[in-house]
Amino acid sequence: MAFMTTNVLKNLVGRYSTRLYPITTRAAFDAYRGELYNEIEKCIFCQNCARKCPSQCISVDKEIGTWVCDPFACVYCGLCVEACPVNCLHMKSAWRHVATGREMIEMQGTPPKPKKKKTEDAAAPAEDAEAKAKKPAKK
Amino acid sequence: MPRTIIPFGPQHPVLPEPIHLKLVVEDEIVTEALPQLGYVHRGLEKLTEIRDYNQMIQIVERVCGICSKIHAMCYCQGIEQMMGIEIPERAKYLRVIWSELHRIHSHLLWLGLFADAFGFESVFMQFWRIREKIMDINEATAGNRVIVSVNVVGGTRADLTPEQCSWILTELDKVEAEFKKLQKVMLDDYTVKKRTVGIGVLTREQAYSLGAAGPTLRGSGVAQDMRQLKYAAFDSLDFEPVVETGGDCYSRSKVRFLETLQSIDLVRQAIARLPMGETAVKVKGNPEGEVDMRVEQPRGELFYYLKGNGTKFMERVRIRTPTFANIPPLLAMLPGIELADVPVVVLSIDPCISCTER
Repeated sequence: MAFMTTNVLKNLVGRYSTRLYPITTRAAFDAYRGELYNEIEKCIFCQNCARKCPSQCISVDKEIGTWVCDPFACVYCGLCVEACPVNCLHMKSAWRHVATGREMIEMQGTPPKPKKKKTEDAAAPAEDAEAKAKKPAKK
Repeated sequence: MPRTIIPFGPQHPVLPEPIHLKLVVEDEIVTEALPQLGYVHRGLEKLTEIRDYNQMIQIVERVCGICSKIHAMCYCQGIEQMMGIEIPERAKYLRVIWSELHRIHSHLLWLGLFADAFGFESVFMQFWRIREKIMDINEATAGNRVIVSVNVVGGTRADLTPEQCSWILTELDKVEAEFKKLQKVMLDDYTVKKRTVGIGVLTREQAYSLGAAGPTLRGSGVAQDMRQLKYAAFDSLDFEPVVETGGDCYSRSKVRFLETLQSIDLVRQAIARLPMGETAVKVKGNPEGEVDMRVEQPRGELFYYLKGNGTKFMERVRIRTPTFANIPPLLAMLPGIELADVPVVVLSIDPCISCTER
């Protein structure tokens, strides 16, 4: 085993191969897929991220404008980020923090305005209904 | 001679995987081994009914953490063959690069665990320290350390820049230099040979007739490697299957040791020949028909049977993993050995029980 002597001496005298983890941490690489983050002001609540997610950890409510992600179910694949049409989803290149309990990433935004404004005129809805009835139903 | 039945596992200090073996021993010599599986069944194949075929890529990656990339590659190749998609040349080479990186880190992990099984903890730490460089490459290039999820149907999601390619080559040089230093310890040392040579012998005929796969088969002298089927870009890379004829634990560890060097060489070749161009093509429509696909995992042959019915949900996904093929050979190896050698022999097939049960 004499050929291992240099290795043994290097291990004894040299630097540690490991880190004192909670005290010293290595910075994550740029491309690392860390915690999911939504720029909620930009979000249009289209639910594309929720539909593409393989673990179904994202739930979006268009009516009240909430975006909720369960980080304990998230598999960090980044498919939601690729699917987002307005590029409001990002993954931080940082390690996820240690948690002592189950917590959700909840964000409240402004829900999108309905396309057609409701009018007080009672005749307008009736006209719409007639127009819809004339059009062939789209699948 | 009194017969005793010793339960081995499912949670045992030397076993990284939950396999339960009932060992019938007569005076410290094993006479029979009965396996019991089913501790970590997750029903991943059943998920095909509620996840569409693109989301299934993320699910098949989780069949096995250590060969996640190769599972996804096999699944994507199957879907592409079913839908008649020709993927770009660059994507083929990128798939080879990441799958060979996966093979390197899987073999390094196994070599460490194997050293730990016969009580050589220092070598275990040396191998795992080297492995960390490969994990860093995965993290920097694909975005995650173990489950990299770079495959999509139609190509790859990530790309390698020229700077990243040169960085990978320099890191691989360091890995190779450090890895070769351990060659004398792992392959020539007296104490290691004492624990591995002639232990758990599987003859060539036994290996062939019991359907062994991967290094277990090649360690018994059969030159069979699924990469010879020329999938992805393996048709334009030069390699020969590593074959040893001993059939014992030492031969199997030597096959894995030499395959690691072979994989480093394959990554170098793939980076040298990496063509320019797109990494993925757009896919339209849903898979219809049935297809089977075989690729080489670090542990051996991986088999996928896929059946699509024209909707976005697959009708059937059947996965046969190499450990499943290697359990009958393991049961043939165990009778006749001493009880103290059981962990070494069980680990020599590189068991992955979560793979087997899915």
